[in-house]
Amino acid sequence: MGNLIKIAFRNLYRQKRRTLLTIAIISVGVIAVLLFSALSGAFKNMMVGQITDSMLGHMQIHRKGYVSSLDNLPLDKTIDAKQMKKMGEILDRIPRVEAYSKRILMGGMLSNYMETTNIKVAGINPKDESIVTPLLTSRIKKGEMLKKGEILLPELVTKGMNLKVGQSIVLIVNNVDGSVNGQNLKVAGIVESVVGPTGKYGYIHIDDAVTVLRMDKPEFSEIAIRLNKISSLDKVTRQISLEIVEMKNKEGEPIFEVHSWKELSPFYNIAKMIDLMSLFINILLVAIVLISILNVMIMAVYERIKEIGTLTAIGTLPGKIRTMFLMEGLFLGFFGSVAGSIIGIILIIATKFAHITIAFGRNENILIDPAIPFDQMALITLVSTIVAVLASLQPAIKASHMDPIEALRYS
Amino acid sequence: MNKIVELKNISKIYRAGEVDVPALKDITVDINKGTFVSFIGPSGSGKTTLLNLIGALDTPTSGILKVDGAETGRLSTKKRAIFRGENIGFIFQDFNLISVLTVYENVEYPLLMVKETPREERVKIVNALLEKTGMLDQKAKYPSQLSGGQKQRVAVARALTTSPRIVLADEPTANLDHDTAFMVISLMKKMRDESGVTFIFSTHDPKIVGVVDIIHTLEDGIIMKSEEVTHG
Ligand SMILES: Nc1ncnc2c1ncn2[C@@H]1O[C@H](COP(=O)(O)OP(=O)(O)OP(=O)(O)O)[C@@H](O)[C@H]1O
Ligand SMILES: [Mg+2]
Repeated sequence: MGNLIKIAFRNLYRQKRRTLLTIAIISVGVIAVLLFSALSGAFKNMMVGQITDSMLGHMQIHRKGYVSSLDNLPLDKTIDAKQMKKMGEILDRIPRVEAYSKRILMGGMLSNYMETTNIKVAGINPKDESIVTPLLTSRIKKGEMLKKGEILLPELVTKGMNLKVGQSIVLIVNNVDGSVNGQNLKVAGIVESVVGPTGKYGYIHIDDAVTVLRMDKPEFSEIAIRLNKISSLDKVTRQISLEIVEMKNKEGEPIFEVHSWKELSPFYNIAKMIDLMSLFINILLVAIVLISILNVMIMAVYERIKEIGTLTAIGTLPGKIRTMFLMEGLFLGFFGSVAGSIIGIILIIATKFAHITIAFGRNENILIDPAIPFDQMALITLVSTIVAVLASLQPAIKASHMDPIEALRYS
Repeated sequence: MNKIVELKNISKIYRAGEVDVPALKDITVDINKGTFVSFIGPSGSGKTTLLNLIGALDTPTSGILKVDGAETGRLSTKKRAIFRGENIGFIFQDFNLISVLTVYENVEYPLLMVKETPREERVKIVNALLEKTGMLDQKAKYPSQLSGGQKQRVAVARALTTSPRIVLADEPTANLDHDTAFMVISLMKKMRDESGVTFIFSTHDPKIVGVVDIIHTLEDGIIMKSEEVTHG
């Protein structure tokens, strides 16, 4: 084996230029994959973070059918106090759940005594909401987080009606039996809109929501949940889903359903697109490695026909000749991907220091923070090496099956 | 004297497309152990074909071929490769040294890759052969740094490392000038004298056959005559 490695190495060294070129081609492919993965991954994380942390939370629980009629904000598809208590017990039992925020969503009219406009409002507990959607506070451009008797208004509404922080407004809503009710509220702050389902909502205190809707006991439209780690999203979604299907109506059908942000935000498709593009780039890399190694190894066999004939004639068994060529392919793939990984890391670190920022939604200057994907790097090196060996297989087998007489006659 | 190679009614027919090319026609010849034998004859007379058969590189179309008692024509491709590794040493017209290996490594190669031998023994065998072939002081050089005659001396050493029963040399001097050719043949003869290995070589140069024991003359796939040469 040692001798085969030595011969493989020397043969690669003999064709220095070709070897370097092949290694360079594979490196460039690996660098491209690493950079793309790091940057697109960073972009994806940033995007998902923006969506989940500024309004959605990681997942939400609703009464069945609420999400599909979200545009109407139905007040009869709610989670009542008793059910909420049970739900709270379930959520408290799951350690991966960091916090949850109960919300009452409603549509209504906003009046400054001169003009009125449509508005959608979420009744929240400011403390819970700040944990579940930590970016909410940073969305407040003027003023501050609301207290009881106050309202956070979306930017677009305040612009249209020329509303200022501290001003008084009236919120008029229909309650569940259709009668109209209004409440005086002070503008606590102006909140920046974000792209997504509830991105242009105003916020009021949940107690005010209960009052204005004339609820005897609070009934909640949704529960937004935040996890300690978003990586456990699918697992926890499944777990919660399994637990809440146990809460059934008289017909024995589950009353509630849970949705992760993926099902609630259109941005999930963009995230999926990014993953798909990553996959394509990876396939491209495999193709690059495959073609360049195959090409080089076919040449290597072709130009060493006489040598192969000699080795076979003096009794070298086919397996050893095959191994000799496979080694060459293996080294090319391995060194190419290792070189690419090293340069890739350096470039990723460089982009970290370059402080690349982008605008997303209405937020500008969001820092892209590319992570060095170590496990991915190891995987790329492994896959490239395996692909390189596979690409060498056909030429290597051809070499090992060569008829020594024909090979020796070759000139 | 006992026979190491026996050919009985050997024929070899190549198929070249639609036509059959008879390269050897009903050849019967024996070669005794330890002899220094030469096949001479014009181009296309069948020398290479015959040597390939004796060297278990090829199988006859018909006839009985025995090399050191084994009917190599009946062996599988892999078995023949093993047989070659154990019993036959090869010297080629174009030297065929492995260009990425040094002189020393070329001679060592069969002991590493074909007949796995412990390191200590390997060093001893290789150095002794390099000494005998006069190539010891060149052992770190690569083939490209050697002259033709030097390359063929290395090839002679390589052919002998595994202590084969037979060394086959197909026109070993065709690419050498006359003096160098004579020197290589003399070296082969010297190695035969020291080791007792049977040497079989082919040439179409009648001038350099003065040192051989037996000359078989091939013509058109037939042995026209066989003469023993008496030295003295
Ligand atoms: N693989 C082959 N296919 C078809 N015909 C072949 C093949 N090898 C040899 N021959 C033919 O067989 C005959 C004998 O060839 P061989 O190579 O044995 O001759 P040779 O004596 O070694 O000649 P040279 O001195 O030119 O090397 C020739 O007519 C040659 O054309
Ligand atoms: Mg010939």
